[in-house]
Amino acid sequence: MAKETGIISWKKLNLGIAITEPGNASQLKTGDWRSMKPITDREKCTKCGQCYIYCPDMVYSKDAEGYFVQNYYYCKGCGICAKECPVDAITMVQEVD
Amino acid sequence: MGIASEALKNFKGFNLKNMPEVEPLSPGHRACQGCGEVLALRLAMKALGENVVMCSATGCMEIITSPFPQTAWKVPWIHVAFENAAAVASGVESAYKAMNRKGIINQPDVVFVGYGGDGATMDIGIQALSGALERGHNFVYMCFDNEAYMNTGIQRSSGTPFGAGTTTSPPGKKSIGQSTWKKNLPAIAVAHNIPYVATATPAYPVDLMNKVKKAAMVPGPAYLHIYSPCPTGWRCGIDESVQVARLAVQSKVFPLYEVIDGQYVLSRKVAKPKPITEYFKPQRRFRHLTEADVAKIQERIDAEYEDILKKCGGDGKGKEEKE
Repeated sequence: MAKETGIISWKKLNLGIAITEPGNASQLKTGDWRSMKPITDREKCTKCGQCYIYCPDMVYSKDAEGYFVQNYYYCKGCGICAKECPVDAITMVQEVD
Repeated sequence: MGIASEALKNFKGFNLKNMPEVEPLSPGHRACQGCGEVLALRLAMKALGENVVMCSATGCMEIITSPFPQTAWKVPWIHVAFENAAAVASGVESAYKAMNRKGIINQPDVVFVGYGGDGATMDIGIQALSGALERGHNFVYMCFDNEAYMNTGIQRSSGTPFGAGTTTSPPGKKSIGQSTWKKNLPAIAVAHNIPYVATATPAYPVDLMNKVKKAAMVPGPAYLHIYSPCPTGWRCGIDESVQVARLAVQSKVFPLYEVIDGQYVLSRKVAKPKPITEYFKPQRRFRHLTEADVAKIQERIDAEYEDILKKCGGDGKGKEEKE
């Protein structure tokens, strides 16, 4: 199926153009939309989870130490996490590539 | 004791420590950066879990989650026309009820949800919603109110507040923008005498999730009005959508309350209300308003809030606003 771009040839469609995999929008790389990138400062982070709960794109997940880490494959760079962080541990930096 | 308060007797509620980890909506959806509506939908889906059937009206939340050949849904989901999300949800509920009775399936705990934007709920779908609420189907209806038809390019709806500039109510020399007041749909839902009505916003995520869970637990119809900021249509910064939603509550524009069996309960008492100008400031759709217009809107907002307070029993039994 269509991977990162969501574009697919009609020849590759299933019978009855059915989508057989639930939640396959997660293949799309929405990280391409980003111009600013959130970076967490672990010195300041209190593991409160505000970034996790306010993220509209399900970017944050908990790691083994209890910190919330970003998945940059999906992060659209809206900056809500940086704005809502109560201890200002998240900063938005310019994307370079 | 009414049926809703009976069902909610043992309700524990969520908090930041025991957030459910389930995400029935997958990432990779096509919402704009900083979308407050998909944030509200995500939180609602987290509270509902995976044992649901979603019936979606046309709107932003339909197109961003289902761009062919992909889908962001991990739960059963039906897309129907603009006007009949509530009618389809009631049909699905009746079908499950009949099949359970005949022994074809054994799934008594499925939650049925109809949802739409403010255009799909307040303008186009209000007759289907009214019918479904009146028939008393056991379902939840969620209205994601972003105060205009954002999907098609910011046309005014009956949910657009007074003075807001949209593409079909443009401000100018002879026009103030939207010239009518916002329709009070929670009050219309309360007038159907349904067991549960609530207003919520993604700026208070735990409150929103608790209300969605309560709506799902109540037998009979429940209506949720969810205030969903739209940075694209409101012309605010993409990182400001949660802040604007919070300011709407703090400046009394969008009071948070529940109506359980007809009894109003204030969820969040605003002890020190902020002036409405603070709510208007980040949004360009209100930039053209003069001081006289703002004073007129402030007066109306204050009167509406007093009305809600009076219905809640004067002083308001809700929790104090925390900064």
